Amino acid sequence: MSGVRVLVGTRKGAFVLRSDGRRAEWDVDGPFFPGWEIYHVNASPADPDRIWASQTSGWFGQVVQRSDDGGVTWAPVGNDFTYEGVPGTHQWYDGTPHPWEFARVWHLEPSASDPDTVFAGVEDAALFKSSDGGATWTELAGLRTHGSGPSWQPGAGGMCLHTVLVDPADAARMFVAISAAGVFRTDDSGETWRPVNRGLRSGEIPGPEAEVGHCVHRLASHPSRPGTIFMQKHWDVMRTDDAGESWHEVSGDLPTDFGFVIDVHAHEPETVYVVPITSDSHHFPPDGRLRVYRSRTGGGEWEPLERGLPQEHCYVNVLRDAMAVDSLDSCGIYFGTTGGQVYASADAGDSWAPIVHDLPAVLSVEVQTLA
Amino acid sequence: MVRVVLPAHLRALAGTEGERELEVVGTVSLASVLDALEQLHPELLGTIRDRASRERRPFVRFFACGEDLSHEPPGAPLPPPVASGAEPLLIVGAMAGG
Repeated sequence: MSGVRVLVGTRKGAFVLRSDGRRAEWDVDGPFFPGWEIYHVNASPADPDRIWASQTSGWFGQVVQRSDDGGVTWAPVGNDFTYEGVPGTHQWYDGTPHPWEFARVWHLEPSASDPDTVFAGVEDAALFKSSDGGATWTELAGLRTHGSGPSWQPGAGGMCLHTVLVDPADAARMFVAISAAGVFRTDDSGETWRPVNRGLRSGEIPGPEAEVGHCVHRLASHPSRPGTIFMQKHWDVMRTDDAGESWHEVSGDLPTDFGFVIDVHAHEPETVYVVPITSDSHHFPPDGRLRVYRSRTGGGEWEPLERGLPQEHCYVNVLRDAMAVDSLDSCGIYFGTTGGQVYASADAGDSWAPIVHDLPAVLSVEVQTLA
Repeated sequence: MVRVVLPAHLRALAGTEGERELEVVGTVSLASVLDALEQLHPELLGTIRDRASRERRPFVRFFACGEDLSHEPPGAPLPPPVASGAEPLLIVGAMAGG
């Protein structure tokens, strides 16, 4: 029988949640790596038993863990994320030059075809690649050095490369998103990059024609339409239909203009999910009501989904990597909160139930659909 | 043999319990002890000192014989009781976090 495995990274360890295709009863394993911040846990589409975890600590730095048995046992792999050449500087919060310094791995994106290949998006923003199962990492330095790097500036969470999208039809084309620089695209497997931020506007910050300086929170796309990408930006939900050449706003009737997560239904490329959050300093759901919003029209028109979610006194956040979808016939949607809840919907968002509700603050959620 | 005590998180990462005993060639210093430790446990590379600069990570401290040795030059000889194995070198995660 088919099933799902939900991979959860938290402030204090990783957790693996397993269920069958009904997604009603759950087994919870963990914490793995207790006490460490687990920014991301993600599995190889080419080998579902191979799972990667970014384990980090303010005391002991960065570790990358790999499991080859579906998250039962783990072993550390390489953790040398040395920038190519002289790293140079980017802008600090006050606009002064600041040396590029590696802090942590935010996001691990395994190759769809090769279990030994995985990309790592890091802070300070750069993209690394391993082709030997994580033993060694090489920076795809064309991104950081393409020209605008010295003007990149961190967002409140640090200058992180948090999103990596690989075109399923053309693996040479990739998109990455950096907070707060924007979206960048390569068409040659990461050798060269260019910013693709035309149409992103956030009042006057930055200017409407600025090439970089955009606070992109998250990107999502459907595998059947790699040129269409949805974006939750610091302000506004955006959409491109030409692989980032131009963006337009699809926030429509959402109750706030802010949020972190965004994802697309596994079988309906025009069905999109976000969790509106009150901007800017609150960072919790409006009116203390946790609601996922779903658009079946590719944005613009949104409906609140609240059945099973707390509708009073709820002041959690949902961070940028903390939503995922499975690909079962009835698409499952999952998200985790800073309050330690992981919610699941087995009916595309119509109703929700917590899988767990007392984990450490959730940093990331991924899901594997298992045969 | 030089004795080293790791903090709990690094013992878990290295898959060890209790003290580690290390064969150190030449002068027993912070640098040579850490070289020997990292050779035995390459998974600890980058967790105690920066991979590129080889400098101590800011929230890691070194103690032995009741003294804080964190700011000693990396190549300076450690106290004789550490070199002889009579006293362990303690690698400690600094208390921090509020």
